[in-house]
Amino acid sequence: MSLRETVFAEIAAIAAEQEKAMPPITDDLVMLDTEFDSLCFALLVARMEDLTGADPFSEMDASDLPVTVGDLVALYDRAAARQAA
Amino acid sequence: MILRERLTAAGGLDGLFLSDHRSRQDLAGIVSGDPDAAVTAALAGRRVLLAVGGQMAAARAMIALDGLAARLALVPPKLAPEHIARIAHDSEAEICVSDAEGLAPEALPGLARIDAADAVRAGAETPRETEWALATSGTTGAPKLVAHTLEGLAGGINTAAAPEPGTVWSTFYDIRRYGGLQVFLRAMLGPSSLVLSDAGEPVRDYLVRVGTAGVTHILGTPSHWRLALMSAALDRLSPRYVRLSGEIADQNILDALRDAFPEARIAHAYASTEGGVGFTVEDGQEGFPASLIGTRAGIEITVREDSLFVRSGRTGRRYLGAAPEALIDADGFIDTGDLVELRGERYHFLGRRSGVINVGGAKVQPEEVETVINVFPGVSMSRVRARPNPILGAVVEAEVVLRADAGTDQAALKKAIIAHCRPRLAGHKVPASVRFVDTLPITSGGKLVRRGA
Repeated sequence: MSLRETVFAEIAAIAAEQEKAMPPITDDLVMLDTEFDSLCFALLVARMEDLTGADPFSEMDASDLPVTVGDLVALYDRAAARQAA
Repeated sequence: MILRERLTAAGGLDGLFLSDHRSRQDLAGIVSGDPDAAVTAALAGRRVLLAVGGQMAAARAMIALDGLAARLALVPPKLAPEHIARIAHDSEAEICVSDAEGLAPEALPGLARIDAADAVRAGAETPRETEWALATSGTTGAPKLVAHTLEGLAGGINTAAAPEPGTVWSTFYDIRRYGGLQVFLRAMLGPSSLVLSDAGEPVRDYLVRVGTAGVTHILGTPSHWRLALMSAALDRLSPRYVRLSGEIADQNILDALRDAFPEARIAHAYASTEGGVGFTVEDGQEGFPASLIGTRAGIEITVREDSLFVRSGRTGRRYLGAAPEALIDADGFIDTGDLVELRGERYHFLGRRSGVINVGGAKVQPEEVETVINVFPGVSMSRVRARPNPILGAVVEAEVVLRADAGTDQAALKKAIIAHCRPRLAGHKVPASVRFVDTLPITSGGKLVRRGA
């Protein structure tokens, strides 16, 4: 599974577990405009760390904070590139 | 000090308002309604339970009842029915001010009720000091009630100074919790306008409302702020004063807020339901200067066995309820249970001595989660602890020792244990991750090792 597919799948899984109604997940979706709340977001970051070994949030500037799902995928892509380097 | 008297005496309420996601109401209108003698008589001198849904109803009832009721017990939002019953019992409530969103019709049989829309028509009587009862954030499931006076609650607020012109307060918190109540009182004792949040509201919608209302002073936990920093609506905010409390404020979040709001004063406060407001730090650095240890105006702070102790008129007076444990030590100090470490000239917070996990401001007692996990078939024992998380500060992690007869499919077992916890625990208490370990360390006294875990 690609990183994008993993992120999309985990967002969908967490939303289902937490009984949140989500619009279709796209790159442009602003996560915090949906029912995906802080706990959902925290779970997503923890699971992505378990799956990829990367926690890009712990070492970033405020200006890099992801707003859309696409931003989030890009953030994990960059972290994966750093790990590979 | 009586809230309504302060507001009435302030005059000049013109243009000041109280707003939530549904409506905006003039403060002058709120304090000047026609009193209803029957409502006043029903509430005067009574121990009152305030169990309403929204914060607007709560704010209006708090203004109407302070100085009239003998005791005012605040029920925080989204509390389980058995916990509401416990608060009613522990506060010895004689009458309940409620609405359909705050209390089910069949709940608390035998307790007199008055609708919140009627209760706000209570008039002023000969003023009496109302005791305020606040719920702790439920470390062991059932919240404990802490009794405060309004003077004590307002002890950290400079009530002599007029607010800066144009001040509008807001808070991500609920005003029925200690942190949110501080903001409510700052606004009412100012007086200044106040924008209330709503628990079900997406961050974006709240930030847009805050921006539209011209909020200048705003309070949230570090977790609230981390979320706000990820919202496209953050640029709607232009606060003069940004306050953090309720969790440890680390350097990352302080720096991020400094970058986002270069013009604002950024302060992190140390406060709790039991200990009141301890101190506020405005130098932009995490932790607090060692010079705050000692005696200052109205407050004494000391460190004993790595734990912070506070003695002041701002702390709670006592716990309420049958056979309550002592809140204040014989020498007048309250043990906050917060562990600190001195590094150079600064103290840094390490977390809770009891191992309590702070998930975005909501407390989790590890034992409560362990008890649920330990009854799952095949589990021998478990240890629950904080896993650092960049969004909520921490999430819950469980280490589990399996019995020999447990299945061997660990991935399936993890999912099953989490699924087992979900209907039995509040969402923030359900483990975000489960790790299987061979053994867990036990002290010579037979207890799980938690400290430093």
